[in-house]
Amino acid sequence: MKAMITGNQAAAMAARDARVDVVAAYPITPSTPVVEEIARMVETGEMDAKLILVESEHSAMAACIGASASGSRTFTATSSHGLAYMHELLHYAVNARTPVVMAVANRAIGPGWNIWADLSDAMSQRDTGWIQLYCSSNQEIYDTILMAYRVAENRGVMLPAMVCYDGFVLSHTAMPVETGVEGFLDGYESPWNLNFDEPETFGNILPPDYYMELRKDIVESHRRAVKIMREVEEEFEELTGRRTPLLVEEYRTDGASTVLVTLGAIASEAKIVVDEMRRNGERAGLLRIKSFRPFPYDEVTRALEGAERVVVIDRSVSPGAEGQLFSEVKSALYSSKSHPDVLGRVAGLGGRDVTSKAIERAVRLGGREEWIMEVIS
Amino acid sequence: MKISAIPDREFLLPGNAACHGCGSSMCLRTVLKALGKNTVLVVPASCTSVYQGMFPGSAIDVPVFNTVFAASASTASGIAASLERKGIDATVVVWAGDGGTYDIGLQALSAAAERNKDMIYICYNNEMYSNTGVQKSGATPYGAWTTTTWSGKKEHRKDVAELMVAQDVAYVATASAGYLTDLYRKVRKARKKEGFRYIEILTPCPPGWKYPMDRTVEMGRLVVETGMWILYEYENGEIRLTGMSRAIAGGRRKLRDVEEYLLPQGRFAHLSREDIDVIRSYVEKRWEKLVKLAGGVHAAPAEFYV
Ligand SMILES: Cc1ncc(C[n+]2csc(CCOP(=O)(O)OP(=O)(O)O)c2C)c(N)n1
Ligand code: SF4
Repeated sequence: MKAMITGNQAAAMAARDARVDVVAAYPITPSTPVVEEIARMVETGEMDAKLILVESEHSAMAACIGASASGSRTFTATSSHGLAYMHELLHYAVNARTPVVMAVANRAIGPGWNIWADLSDAMSQRDTGWIQLYCSSNQEIYDTILMAYRVAENRGVMLPAMVCYDGFVLSHTAMPVETGVEGFLDGYESPWNLNFDEPETFGNILPPDYYMELRKDIVESHRRAVKIMREVEEEFEELTGRRTPLLVEEYRTDGASTVLVTLGAIASEAKIVVDEMRRNGERAGLLRIKSFRPFPYDEVTRALEGAERVVVIDRSVSPGAEGQLFSEVKSALYSSKSHPDVLGRVAGLGGRDVTSKAIERAVRLGGREEWIMEVIS
Repeated sequence: MKISAIPDREFLLPGNAACHGCGSSMCLRTVLKALGKNTVLVVPASCTSVYQGMFPGSAIDVPVFNTVFAASASTASGIAASLERKGIDATVVVWAGDGGTYDIGLQALSAAAERNKDMIYICYNNEMYSNTGVQKSGATPYGAWTTTTWSGKKEHRKDVAELMVAQDVAYVATASAGYLTDLYRKVRKARKKEGFRYIEILTPCPPGWKYPMDRTVEMGRLVVETGMWILYEYENGEIRLTGMSRAIAGGRRKLRDVEEYLLPQGRFAHLSREDIDVIRSYVEKRWEKLVKLAGGVHAAPAEFYV
């Protein structure tokens, strides 16, 4: 079925179609409508799930972890301060190996109160061990949530996943979205089940040897996730005819000498710039990073092999360092044979509009400066 | 009730890592006997997360889910929803310290109580953070020494059991490590009820309170006999004193002076006369309040669950 829906509606419908068992959530702009829509669907019987209306995001994630650890498929949604408030439990979900899937409508963090798009909220959580997938259209939000369950719940992975999308730019903008995917996602068969005859303890003291083993396995699970994601991409395409990338999307990178690298909604705008540059005879291309964690090193180095110039645009910044994506791209290229110039740009913080003109300026900005903090508007 | 009515089966296994004379572990042993096999225990950061032992072992013979300090009631809410969804019949029980209940976990507790989720929340109250080395909590009484109140706490404790009464949950009960059959009976009763239930147990802690480890039961009795801790139940909109507190209110036992309780404990060793008077008048005020809430002095026969 095709309908004009917002990114938040797409997220809610994906949770419904993933047949989640338990949703625990707390409202925050701009992800609030996800919770409202799920509440409406649960009340009208359109969606068959237990909804727990908790009193904070900390509790939302705790409830999801509890539900997941006792065998249920779980979902939640949040943004900004809500995500920050979950921090303790984001780590917990990873070590507990609970494949919770969460929609994150990305928003800046205060003060001053800023409800607009900015990826700092999710980027601040990058080292928690969550899989992080950044979407650039509403169709992608819907597809990615379904696909995220397949990856997260894979026995070789068992990690939680956040599906991120720029607040308002996608969360509140209606676009045509095809919903309803048959035969892609089964009901959840959890490896965690309560056994009262041979009871197990979850999360008691873990001495150094075991703790190190656990963390090692989590690192390896991320590596395995890359492969699983390639497979899930293929299978999803076969089933729906839609190529919804999980790792990266390459756009006109063949023979490109200048490659733009970015993620999220900025990537859609960047395509317009690439087209324009190509029309002018410039060999431009775009590499969109979909999966920030696990970071797809192979895909990135391959896509940037022939480039002379790489321009990375971040919608977040790590004060005292640089844009997070910029750091990752440079790090990926260090071990590859090609050493293009890599330029970092920061744009669109706190919802600053990132127009195609702005992106063009980011590309044209001269110099070989490793890192230019330029809010392009 | 006879002590022989309590089942032999142990769910808190011998060889666990609790201190000798630990009131908390003693009560958990009784609580688990009352709950039986089909129980899921949720444990936040606390002494219990330590004395249950290290992976791959466990000293607790029911499924345990350890959670973060602030989130026991919400973790339990998630587990309860999941069990309901899967049609699994088990009792979800939080076992949390007073730190995890009075302070950092209060928000989640109060919200779960409001949602009336089907669970039993048990707070074992040793009146401080024992696990991190005896710091004050919201349950620490006036005057008590802790490592963050060196010259004695300057404020009175708050009372979460009374907050739960105010939230009108399905069942509230207080208990003490001095009266294990009373505790057993209250947990059995809670188990049969539906909705949100709250039990708070006063559990003396020898290293934190600074008394010899063989006097835990005695402390658990003195605290009730002096009125420093009051045993009661709340259900169907009514408070009812139980056990020793009921006997005292009924005039069959005399309320003992608080000094008898304070003096054997090192944590109160520095108290001045004035401090003891402050505690005494606090106890009198609370005792009168509770007796009044329980409908005055009872002539009813004494029930001794001792
Ligand atoms: C967010 C957070 N802050 C602090 C701690 C450290 N911590 C662990 S247990 C504890 C005290 C627990 O006290 P209580 O709940 O009374 O249980 P008890 O130790 O007395 O058994 C503290 C402060 C923690 N684990 N998490
Ligand atoms: S410190 Fe106190 S509460 Fe903790 S295990 Fe020892 S006796 Fe029990």
